[in-house]
Amino acid sequence: MPEPALPPDTSQGSGPMPEPMLDVVGLHKTYPGDGRPVEAVRDLTFRLEHGEFVCVVGPSGCGKTTLLKCLAGLMAPTSGRVELAGRPVTGPPADLAVVFQEYGRSLFPWLTVRANVELPLIEKGTGKARRRELVEESLAAVGLSGSADAHPWQLSGGMQQRVAIARAVAYEPAVLLMDEPFAAVDAQTRGDLEDLVRDIWRRLDVTVLFVTHDIDEAVYLGQRVLVLSAAPTVLQEEVRVDLPEERDQLDTRKDPRFAELRAWAYAEIQRAKADVHRSGAGPRE
Amino acid sequence: MTAATAPARGPGTAAHAARRAFRALALPAVLIGVWWAVSSASGSYLVPPPDVIAAAFAELWFSERFFADALPSIARLLGGYALALALGIGAGLALGSAPRLRALTEPVLEFLRAVPPPVLVPLLILLAGVGNGMKVLVIVSGCVWPILLNTIEGVRAVDPVLADTCRAFGVRGTRRLRTLVLRSASPQIMAGARQALSIAIILMVISEMFASSSGLGFTVVQFQRSFAVPEMWAGIVLLGLIGVVLSLLFRRVERRVLAWHTGLRAATRGE
Ligand SMILES: Nc1ncnc2c1ncn2[C@@H]1O[C@H](COP(=O)(O)OP(=O)(O)OP(=O)(O)O)[C@@H](O)[C@H]1O
Ligand SMILES: [Mg+2]
Repeated sequence: MPEPALPPDTSQGSGPMPEPMLDVVGLHKTYPGDGRPVEAVRDLTFRLEHGEFVCVVGPSGCGKTTLLKCLAGLMAPTSGRVELAGRPVTGPPADLAVVFQEYGRSLFPWLTVRANVELPLIEKGTGKARRRELVEESLAAVGLSGSADAHPWQLSGGMQQRVAIARAVAYEPAVLLMDEPFAAVDAQTRGDLEDLVRDIWRRLDVTVLFVTHDIDEAVYLGQRVLVLSAAPTVLQEEVRVDLPEERDQLDTRKDPRFAELRAWAYAEIQRAKADVHRSGAGPRE
Repeated sequence: MTAATAPARGPGTAAHAARRAFRALALPAVLIGVWWAVSSASGSYLVPPPDVIAAAFAELWFSERFFADALPSIARLLGGYALALALGIGAGLALGSAPRLRALTEPVLEFLRAVPPPVLVPLLILLAGVGNGMKVLVIVSGCVWPILLNTIEGVRAVDPVLADTCRAFGVRGTRRLRTLVLRSASPQIMAGARQALSIAIILMVISEMFASSSGLGFTVVQFQRSFAVPEMWAGIVLLGLIGVVLSLLFRRVERRVLAWHTGLRAATRGE
């Protein structure tokens, strides 16, 4: 039986929440490897409040995907703990959805777009009528109503990515984890998809953790940006993005505050790399 | 080239079909012609001309002999094949998803696969008698291996990202088996099933050549021993035709089952 759905957030803006949506304490992950263990994440502690949109940036190979898999319950951390709405995560939680980095490979090639979006709902036990509604709505939200009967391999990369997003959205999760979802799409599509994700987040009552290696993207999307260091990975820095809630590809990116924030985050990442070089503790590139 | 033939396709669909039929039948017609020439030139009674074989074929198989000898053979063939499919896919799913079990059974499986099935016939006669059971068992024992080993390969090759997707969205149990494991292993399973089909036909014949008093294999051997040469040829022709029909049916099924795979491959190659 899936865990009961979380109560809707009725207290937005009315003081601090009693408990965070996602609570990560002392997360550490070392892959056993073949003889030589790989320390992917050294020590991460942070929390996401209900309804927050938080971006995680960090250099390639610093353990972002590892972190996300631990949060999603797909992998057990070596030590530390992860709690979702106060419940420890031991396996994939029922009210959490993931958009994987390899989105093309995360869609079932033998199922149509519609069936791909519907499959998790069938397993969840959603009624047929409601299922149809959710599939139609989520495909419409990503602008793919016309491609419902196509197979994923008949779509472009950007469209496939939107199918993966629609599937996660139709699942009606309390928490949405996204792993570098736009790394492989062109700049124009990327901008559209960024706005799409912001739009979905604002319409649905969902907490989003968005992983990226692109600082601009993190600042543009998030309310908060967590900067990870290079391996051995710790939380390097954290910044609150005090840009207006209404974001726009042209205006927001022209905003002097946007430039400041991204310059700051950029400097942080540079510093992270430099620290590693100085201390000599970093892994070989 | 496509541009040139495209306009002709509209009004000339009948002509198109005729051309296809011609292309499919041209070589067989030529071969029958050659056969004719050779057989009348040599005059050997071992190589009767096609019209004699055709006459024997009609006389032999358009009679109740078809129901007495051919139909039971075909039934055993299909029964054994179906059983091998069920066994091979079932065990393949289990072994493919359990690495430790697979490591444990692998040497035994390799050994069993290496045993040529015809040598099992004497053993199976002792164990199961000379009836239908023995013949079906011979077929199963030969064609289960390609299905089993290919299914194991297919299950092992399930994309880890898709497996993670299923876990993340709580897709498990039989639905996971049906929508993830079976479907992603289906190209390998079909490849194994295709090999198994030709093995099944061979073993159907062989199982009927031992200690049997009916069936297609028995018929061919019996005619050979009694020097009824055209009838022997008629039996061989029927076996060939059964093979062709089964492989056509198989291809139809395969095209349906693997439509996604063909499309996916074409799409990735087109990039
Ligand atoms: N299954 C695994 N076994 C062993 N080591 C692994 C495994 N997965 C990842 N690693 C190692 O852990 C480290 C972090 O990998 P991870 O994929 O989490 O990085 P990432 O930040 O997501 O990188 P990218 O930005 O390139 O996606 C890397 O050094 C990687 O080689
Ligand atoms: Mg990654």
